[in-house]
Amino acid sequence: MAPSTNTFETLELKNVGRSFGGHDALVDLNLTVRAGEFIALLGPSGCGKSTALNCLAGLLPLTHGEILIDGKRVDILPSEKRDFGMVFQNYALFPHLSVEKNIAFGLQMRNLPKAEITRRVADGLALVKLQEQAKKLPGQLSGGQQQRVAIARAVVLEPRLVLMDEPLSNLDAKLRLEMRTEIRRLHQSLGLTTIYVTHDQEEALSLADRLVVLREGRVQQIGTPEELHNNPTNWHVADFMGYRNIVDLTVDSVTGSLARVSGHGISIMATVAQTAAVGDTVRVAIRPSDLVVLAPGESPQGRETIEATVNVVEYQGREFAVEVTTTAGQNLFVHAYSALLPGSTVQLSVDPSRALVYRTSLDQVDDSRRQLAGVPA
Amino acid sequence: MTSATNTASRAHGSASLKHRLAERGIDTKLLLLVPAIVFALLLFVYPFAYGIGLTFQPLAATQDQWGGGFLSNYVAFFRDAFIFDSVWLTLKLALPAALFNVLVSIPIAFKLRNKFRGKRLLQTLLVLPITLGTVLTAQGLLIFAGRQGWLNRFLMENGIIDQPLALVNNYIGVMLSLIISGFPFAYLLISSYLSGIDPSLEAAAKTLGANWKQRFRRVTLPLLAPGLATTFILTFVLAFSVFPSARLVGDASGDTRVLALMAYRAFSEQLDYSMASTIAIMMGVVELIVIAFVFLGRSFLYKGSTGGKG
Amino acid sequence: MSNSLRTRTAPPTEVVNIVKNRNKGKLPPGEKALIASPGTWFVWFGIAAFFILLFGIVLSVLVDSLGKPWFNTWLPENFTLGWYQESWERFNLTHIIGVTLLVAVSVIVISVVIGVPASYVLARSNFPGKKLVMLLFLLPILIPPITFGIPLATVMYNMGLGRTVLAVILVNLVPSVPFVIITMTPFIEQINPAIENAAKMCGANMYRVFTKVLAPLLIPGILAASILVLVRTVGMFDLTFLVSGPTSDTLVVAIYRAMTSAGGGESRQLISSMGVIYTALMLLILIIALRFINPTQLVAQVKDSRED
Repeated sequence: MAPSTNTFETLELKNVGRSFGGHDALVDLNLTVRAGEFIALLGPSGCGKSTALNCLAGLLPLTHGEILIDGKRVDILPSEKRDFGMVFQNYALFPHLSVEKNIAFGLQMRNLPKAEITRRVADGLALVKLQEQAKKLPGQLSGGQQQRVAIARAVVLEPRLVLMDEPLSNLDAKLRLEMRTEIRRLHQSLGLTTIYVTHDQEEALSLADRLVVLREGRVQQIGTPEELHNNPTNWHVADFMGYRNIVDLTVDSVTGSLARVSGHGISIMATVAQTAAVGDTVRVAIRPSDLVVLAPGESPQGRETIEATVNVVEYQGREFAVEVTTTAGQNLFVHAYSALLPGSTVQLSVDPSRALVYRTSLDQVDDSRRQLAGVPA
Repeated sequence: MTSATNTASRAHGSASLKHRLAERGIDTKLLLLVPAIVFALLLFVYPFAYGIGLTFQPLAATQDQWGGGFLSNYVAFFRDAFIFDSVWLTLKLALPAALFNVLVSIPIAFKLRNKFRGKRLLQTLLVLPITLGTVLTAQGLLIFAGRQGWLNRFLMENGIIDQPLALVNNYIGVMLSLIISGFPFAYLLISSYLSGIDPSLEAAAKTLGANWKQRFRRVTLPLLAPGLATTFILTFVLAFSVFPSARLVGDASGDTRVLALMAYRAFSEQLDYSMASTIAIMMGVVELIVIAFVFLGRSFLYKGSTGGKG
Repeated sequence: MSNSLRTRTAPPTEVVNIVKNRNKGKLPPGEKALIASPGTWFVWFGIAAFFILLFGIVLSVLVDSLGKPWFNTWLPENFTLGWYQESWERFNLTHIIGVTLLVAVSVIVISVVIGVPASYVLARSNFPGKKLVMLLFLLPILIPPITFGIPLATVMYNMGLGRTVLAVILVNLVPSVPFVIITMTPFIEQINPAIENAAKMCGANMYRVFTKVLAPLLIPGILAASILVLVRTVGMFDLTFLVSGPTSDTLVVAIYRAMTSAGGGESRQLISSMGVIYTALMLLILIIALRFINPTQLVAQVKDSRED
């Protein structure tokens, strides 16, 4: 299948919002998507990511804001006129139509000539390697095959935009990995602009060019996988990005971008990610892999160490996931490359650049919104 | 979802009034509901209201006999023992019939829920009474269970009884007819409710050490209770409006003088439409009172969520 | 039943194991283990008693309709088909069956046309007053037919519609439309709404969503509901009886009138032969209907993991 020609320069979401009754499911989503990009909307369930997708698809009307493609409003168009393709969470295949008829459905709706439909359906089937299942009904297919049909049905239209709503969440772990590669491959070969919704950070990191992290309907951070992985903007994003140790500590001193933080039997140097003043209670985020277990006698290279007792050791293939407790009773998660004995005492150290200091509140977005809202009760 | 007020003052994008109404569920789709509602208003609500109005316009004869002005029909309904007793006669038929059909269906549905040979045949045969209809059932009962019918003949020739049993043209006849039409219905409903209960729940109870009785009482019965209540109500409604069999295999001026029969007589024999409407509407009231009691009892028995159906 | 069940997911293995365990080791699987308990005896006795009564009734009527004469004996002295011929001519059964079918078909078509769109809305939307609308559709099913039938019949007679076929059709619609709505609403609910959204995202407008996607998915449910309406309408006595007359009687009502007509009623065999014709008609309708649909599709959501 040839790369899509049916495309645009930019897709803009301006202050897109959606509320259900009094509840704001999505607030002021601003995003500009360039043609060919793969964007992942990421967040826990109920964060508004599916709402955002359904608003884009036109399945939900916007409560406020607008959606523009090359400056032209599309949010006033009904779903069927937007020329978007969509892959649904439960596949939503037409149960009464065979695989090929499912794939042909959208082409028929566009009243294309028969010969072209036949050709494009054949291309679509080849693309997802389902030629042999063409005559089968969706009920006779496995979950992975159904998912492929759903993808083929969407991309065979060569739509301006492909929307994917947690397409892999119903598959088992192995199939999920396979399909992830498949989706990436399709995106690379067809270059279709894609917006992908998921709650799985690993999936989002591996697939997307850019990620949008949402929480309670509000954007927390937009950035490339590297940016999000290394520099989360607040502790919530950090938590979502695998910073499993999130500890409330007190700032003792601040020197440039570094601060000394302490509490719960911990006293370390850390990088200030959000402004912090001496005496503040802050939230410090550290990945388990960044907490290094010092071998007996190993020098901490000038860094402070944390003394802790080993609680639980889990073997995870190459490494051990270990839960330890500091002398003040704070639980921490660390990765170790040798088996530690439960009950033994260890010394931990962390690179100050890999310990990030955040404010405890997530309210920055809320503040601006309260001023905007102003009038309503 | 539609309860709270809309935060309307922010700048609206495509959220026109139409969209905001759509959010509350008001959109063009609702037009599809219009024919059905118009139909219900014209053929159900209007005649019903008309009938209620009619009950307050008693015939002069009723007023002369019972007094009470525009309430005369109701005075007659409660004072005229011939009419009022039929409330009890109807309940005496419908309640035991519904109760019997439900109670007997439970063990049968339980025993037959496992797969066995001939299950499909048995279930098909159980649907058979639907094709008979009340009138044919009545005719068959008259012949089969009549004084010279096969049933009495068999019992007498085997020396089980000396005199033929009086099984028709009385209370028993109507009861038999209610069981024949009501039992298959109750059985099919209960077995479908029973199959809706996840068997792994009982399996879980078993692993927790519950014996057969405990499993039934503590797990299955509470889950089945809403279904049982619904089944009871539906079979009761069927039995309560019994009409042809009360006339054909019952004792229409005595033991089986049910409300439906009384209403029909006032309607077509005495041509007293206002009295007929009064009896008809009181019949509905009595039925709804019983249904209300069942619902009340159900909420006493079982307070948890029904897990879907109910 | 097996057709609709076969498409469902296989039973979880632990359930199978429980069923096996219930048969306590040595006994072969199946009913053997059950026969011992007194509860089982009760069940089989109850079923047997019911079927004796049922078949007694059916056979009595059948034998009666063929017998000539049948009084104080096990079986009639002679057999004849004469009663059928006589009742057919005497009661003009061609006309009566024609009316019965006309009424039934009209009621089905109108109920489906009015009821299915309404059940679509009830299944898919939440709107203010939905509970009230549901109640409005539930009442005609819950309230005894006589209760609304008598006021309705009074209105019909006042409007000059009494004893017409139109009146018979109209009164039968009163419980049938709500019946279609109540049975179709859960059927539509179980159709994943994402399928409609998927069709929209493929570029289908409302009309095409309905004709290409919804209609094919709804047909099994509509057929099943139609059959139930058919059976109810052909068997409906109370409402039809209130408004029908000699030219608009359906078969049930005609039989009732023959049984209760002044002067002790028609001869018993004539009525029995009509009863047999009624049952045969009903069976014929059901057999034809069952060739097209599976009645258990209405309860298709009900899990029954004990079947294959």
